[in-house]
Amino acid sequence: MDGFLLLAFLFLVAGCVAVPIASRLGLGSVLGYLLAGIAISPLLEMLHVDVISIQHFAEFGVVMMLFLVGLELEPRMLWNMRNKLLGLGGLQITLTAALVMAIAMMLGYSWTVALAVGLVFSLSSTAIVLQTLNEKGLMKSDGGQSSFSVLLMQDIAVIPMLAFVPLLALPELQELAAAGHAAGEDGHGSLSLVDQLVGWQRALLTVGAIAFVVVGGSYLTRPIFRFVSSARLRELFTATALLLVISIALLMVLVGLSPALGAFLAGVVLANSEYRHELESDIDPFKGLLLGVFFITVGAAIQFDLLFNNLGEIVGLTLGLIALKALVLYALSRIFKVAGADRWLFTLGLAQAGEFGFVLLSFTVANAVIPPELAERLMLVVALSMLLTPLLFIIYEKIIAPRFVAAQERPSDEIDEAGKVIVVGHGRFGGIVNRILLAAGFSTVVLDYQSEQLEALRVYGIKVFFGDAMRPDLLHAAGIEEAKMLVIAIDDKENATELVKYVAANYPHVYIVARAIDRHHVYELYNAGCRDIIRETFDSAVRAGRSALEALGVHPYDAERQVRGFVLNDQEQMLALASSFDPEIPAHENEEYVRRTREYLDRYADVMQGNSARFATRLDRGWVPPTLEDVEAEGTKDDS
Amino acid sequence: MARLLVYFAHPGHKHSHVNREMAKAAREVSGVTFVDLYADYPRFDIDVDREQERLVEHDVVLFQFPLFWYSTPSILKEWQDIVLEHGFAYGAGGDRLEGKKMMLAVTAAGPDDAYTSGGYQRYPLREFLRPLEQTAALCNMHFATPLALYAALKAPLVGEVDPHVAGYRKLLEAIRDDRYDWQAAESADVLTYGTLPISEVS
Repeated sequence: MDGFLLLAFLFLVAGCVAVPIASRLGLGSVLGYLLAGIAISPLLEMLHVDVISIQHFAEFGVVMMLFLVGLELEPRMLWNMRNKLLGLGGLQITLTAALVMAIAMMLGYSWTVALAVGLVFSLSSTAIVLQTLNEKGLMKSDGGQSSFSVLLMQDIAVIPMLAFVPLLALPELQELAAAGHAAGEDGHGSLSLVDQLVGWQRALLTVGAIAFVVVGGSYLTRPIFRFVSSARLRELFTATALLLVISIALLMVLVGLSPALGAFLAGVVLANSEYRHELESDIDPFKGLLLGVFFITVGAAIQFDLLFNNLGEIVGLTLGLIALKALVLYALSRIFKVAGADRWLFTLGLAQAGEFGFVLLSFTVANAVIPPELAERLMLVVALSMLLTPLLFIIYEKIIAPRFVAAQERPSDEIDEAGKVIVVGHGRFGGIVNRILLAAGFSTVVLDYQSEQLEALRVYGIKVFFGDAMRPDLLHAAGIEEAKMLVIAIDDKENATELVKYVAANYPHVYIVARAIDRHHVYELYNAGCRDIIRETFDSAVRAGRSALEALGVHPYDAERQVRGFVLNDQEQMLALASSFDPEIPAHENEEYVRRTREYLDRYADVMQGNSARFATRLDRGWVPPTLEDVEAEGTKDDS
Repeated sequence: MARLLVYFAHPGHKHSHVNREMAKAAREVSGVTFVDLYADYPRFDIDVDREQERLVEHDVVLFQFPLFWYSTPSILKEWQDIVLEHGFAYGAGGDRLEGKKMMLAVTAAGPDDAYTSGGYQRYPLREFLRPLEQTAALCNMHFATPLALYAALKAPLVGEVDPHVAGYRKLLEAIRDDRYDWQAAESADVLTYGTLPISEVS
């Protein structure tokens, strides 16, 4: 327990100190974590901490990240990406692996070792690149999307690689490996259902598992989430979300597939689900923390004695590797027409080796493919190249991107999320607002926490997401940053006011339309910063009044003008009272408020008794003919 | 029997002395379709299909309104703007109103001598009604000579309301029964209740 606390303390302190500094300096969080890892590595060594096993644990952050990436990608989008996935991604892997292999063979290694090294180096770091792209808001750019395609393809390719690598085993190393199995386990390999099975059974089980994820994700998750959400306990939903990701990862490990790929698949399946934003905001903090730990371990795992003893060789190899990978990427970007600044983002962003390289390296050592001494050096090269990646992003951001700013004015990308409206609450009130917005062609994101209702709406093809809008992280997941407008249509008074307060303070660019329950609530909302407040029953009451007037024989146009006058007077008074309302002072103790209310009541009495023309003239101004004396005078406006 | 459609438009009808009585009379004439535009469309959401159907089903369209600023009350302008559609009332294929008649029954505050080149309104009343006359022409409708009541605001004081309303009622009945002499009406620029060319037997 003490050890755990100390370790957690060390990691957290390192992260909390280094990351803000790195972010401040514009280096990005990844470099911050890496530096934090380097800083605490002597301490960890003193404490005899097994950094690599922590790293394996933290790799689960990558699984979560891919789940989140999947959530953002609908199946249709994935299908549209197929050319980039197979073409761009496939070529990147084969070309890089082939070139690295050729160079290794020139350096005198056997073809099996050379090929294994090539495969290891062909991979890039999903963790660093996706995290950085998201952080810098480059994910949606052409370069970001191309990078994502390649990374996804690499993650998929790891699976056949893991199957293929043991075939490259060197006979003289096999004995060694058999003797000392300690050199490394791949972290996932210890548990498997499929080891004892023959080929076709294995294949069948694999297909079955994938089908289970797809079908289960589509049909099983909804009832489960509904059941869990009926308990109305937030942490229970978080637990369920974690359980979902972990169970998928476990299933994938059991059948020998990549847990990252399985999680990604589950994410894609759930991308259309109404629970998407809720899942996103539940998993996101775990992902962030685990990836942080992962990057710290990468920094901490660098063996500095080995590095300094072979400084020239390892730095040379690292720079050579980055140059080689960048060259391949650059060539591919020309073929696939990734242009301008995006080309450089793609070229520099993916030029490092990745965390799957570590996995693959330890796997090669365990399977007697690469001699341990070589693997240690290669590990250093991988780590160093990852360490240099944030610097490459900085080069891109500070030197390359500014040059292309002018040239970047091409027709903007799909602005599928621009001008978005978030509607909170999809009941009798929000539902109508949403229908009107949709009919006018605006895209809306609807949040509601009554899952029974969501089910019903889904049947009619209305897209509604499950979630409590009072949670800032959920608002974030729903895209409050890019939203133009927030429509608050929930029926809880206090929550609505809180929400207005929060959004008005933190996202002043978001226009808020709020539903008020009663007069007092209007003042509260006004005070909280909302300037477009609609009383939920006011308009219907006005219409009922108008209907009554018509039924009593009042001419429909007179009835219309009568209620219009009423509405205008009421709004005027409401505004005057709202600005003198203070939520801190009870209304009856607020002198200004009381005075204004009195004023209005007096005026209203005057109107009722016919002493004031104010109310009446508003109704009839314009149609009152001149008096007969006026008629005698010349030049009147025609009227009769 | 001519099918007659009367459109009445007066937003401040309760302040009206003449038009209200005219509307009351018109409503009572059997066999005539009477429409109070401000009652049908208090929120100006005019039903174009319904109005076009009405037009198609009638032979004579008569607009009854007070002259406001040398034009119609606003709802009647709105009605023209959206009901007289291209392809329905005019333009390619817009022949649905062809051959029908359009007539106006207006009240004007100014006396008849104001509507002369020397009077304060400077032009004859007919000149102010040209936009509607040309609207009828573009729709291939026959624009009949308008019926007018001058000095309408003073009418109650000088006993002009009753005879005007009675003349209006007779006009509607005559049009309905084909006793109105459209030809003879042509000779005048503007008609008053005393000069309506109505024959007693058809």
